[in-house]
Amino acid sequence: MIEFLNALPGAAAQGIIWGIMAIGVYITYKILDIADLTVDGSFGTGGATLVLCMTSGMGLPLSMLIAFLAGCLTGFATGVFHTKFGIPAILAGILTQLGLYSVNLRILGGANLTLSDRKYKLLVNLKNTYPSLLICTIFAVVIIAVLYWFFGTEMGHSLRATGCNPAMARANGINTEKNKIIAIILSNGLVALSGALLAQWQGFADVSMGRGAIVIGLAAVIIGEVIFGKIFKNFALRLAGVVMGGIVYYAVITFVLRLGLNANDLKLLSALVVAVFLAIPYWKKTWSENRRKPMEEGAKDAGN
Amino acid sequence: MLEIKNVYKTFNAGTINEKKALRNLNLTLNDGDFVTVIGGNGAGKSTMLNMIAGVYPVDAGSITINGTDVTGMKEHIRARYLGRVFQDPMMGTAADMWIEENMALAGRRGQRRGLRWAINGKEREEFKELLKELELGLENRLATKVGLLSGGQRQALTLLMATMKRPDLLLLDEHTAALDPKTAAKVLELTDKLIEEEGLTALMITHNMRDAIHYGNRLIMMNEGQIILDISGEEKKKLTVEDLLNAFSRLSGDEFANDRILLAK
Repeated sequence: MIEFLNALPGAAAQGIIWGIMAIGVYITYKILDIADLTVDGSFGTGGATLVLCMTSGMGLPLSMLIAFLAGCLTGFATGVFHTKFGIPAILAGILTQLGLYSVNLRILGGANLTLSDRKYKLLVNLKNTYPSLLICTIFAVVIIAVLYWFFGTEMGHSLRATGCNPAMARANGINTEKNKIIAIILSNGLVALSGALLAQWQGFADVSMGRGAIVIGLAAVIIGEVIFGKIFKNFALRLAGVVMGGIVYYAVITFVLRLGLNANDLKLLSALVVAVFLAIPYWKKTWSENRRKPMEEGAKDAGN
Repeated sequence: MLEIKNVYKTFNAGTINEKKALRNLNLTLNDGDFVTVIGGNGAGKSTMLNMIAGVYPVDAGSITINGTDVTGMKEHIRARYLGRVFQDPMMGTAADMWIEENMALAGRRGQRRGLRWAINGKEREEFKELLKELELGLENRLATKVGLLSGGQRQALTLLMATMKRPDLLLLDEHTAALDPKTAAKVLELTDKLIEEEGLTALMITHNMRDAIHYGNRLIMMNEGQIILDISGEEKKKLTVEDLLNAFSRLSGDEFANDRILLAK
């Protein structure tokens, strides 16, 4: 138990990093209403780009910016596949993700690339748990603040309308294709930024670091909604809830690993947990509909 | 104002489901015309409105609004000329967004959307004034999700949104068909009032022949993708439902025409 408590700050820092990625997932999954699977690739792209930039002598801020932009580019690819090529969103994301595997290998020049915390000045690292936790928190707060502002602007509103009701959006003069591309770009930029933070945290980037990222992102979004959805109505607080969802997810993972779960079984566990959480709203709905049906039929008969 | 010239549209061409929706459609509207559109199922009424709005492209022909050829223009660009209300009350508003957010979206129809705040205080006051006229109590619920409103409330709001930034042409696609009779009558009254006050040009599809006769200054009847009857002015005022049924059986060559065919949903 003491060991678990000792591991908590680290889990929290890592949870926030994944939480930032989950905010990216929130933009596509909740606001745009599509499941964008690009993230499994763009997360690694962010990490790989950062490590490559830093090891080739660039400063940290510039490296992070380039990692962010690289993520934006991956989102642009998916957005174009989806809107201009007419490929369903899920498939468009899968295609980009597949292509990115090769791209990430190219960036890394191999399966992985280390980023030594002794040679480079890093923002976050697992050897500096508490300062890292603080910096991660600041990152999350700034990102939430910027997104809160953005989604309150005319353009932000038009993005929300695009996800909520595309026909209505077009009838009101909104270019839904352009908006979808913008949202997917923004989402993957954030995902890559999160990947860049994780690469610093763990001191390396590897080609499989993003595998299953979409599932972790969805888990954070759903956990955030289930636990904090009733209290957090405001948009900024909802995003904060998503980040906290990431923290809860990582705390739970740390806990079950301490209990002795084989780390190799982790992805199976994650997939099952997310499947159940995704099913809950559906089960709730069908359950209440089944209960309502006899009444409705009764009403129909009364009408006749 | 609006000029539709020789427009053709066929859906699923070359397949077993081929449907010639519009065949050489021609229609010219004058400024301030309030035209009611009737016709049986599959007559091409909705297709005509969707062609004007640019939901899908025409096969041949041209559509001009106020002298601008809009035939190849994308739907969201054409939107600057058009106000639209749909049959499905869910379709005209964004359910997850607030009343004021929906109105602010509609208020910027045809404008560039940048990084300014989506709603300002002055607009909020204007929205309240507009909503007051609906007499539905919505003026005190600006921060309510539209998804929580009833179908009638949503249709009234959509109507307001379609007209708050004056459209060159208002397209109403059976916008009261999904409402209960009492609410439908109310929304129709509101429609008439808004069109009258603003002097709007409007096309309104309806399944109700009494409404088609009662409202507007001009009535057109469609059948198999063409306009088979076009009545306006004094002649329209004298119309009866009987006249329309007789006209339908005469013009469509369908002996068995009755109100079921014309009113079929």
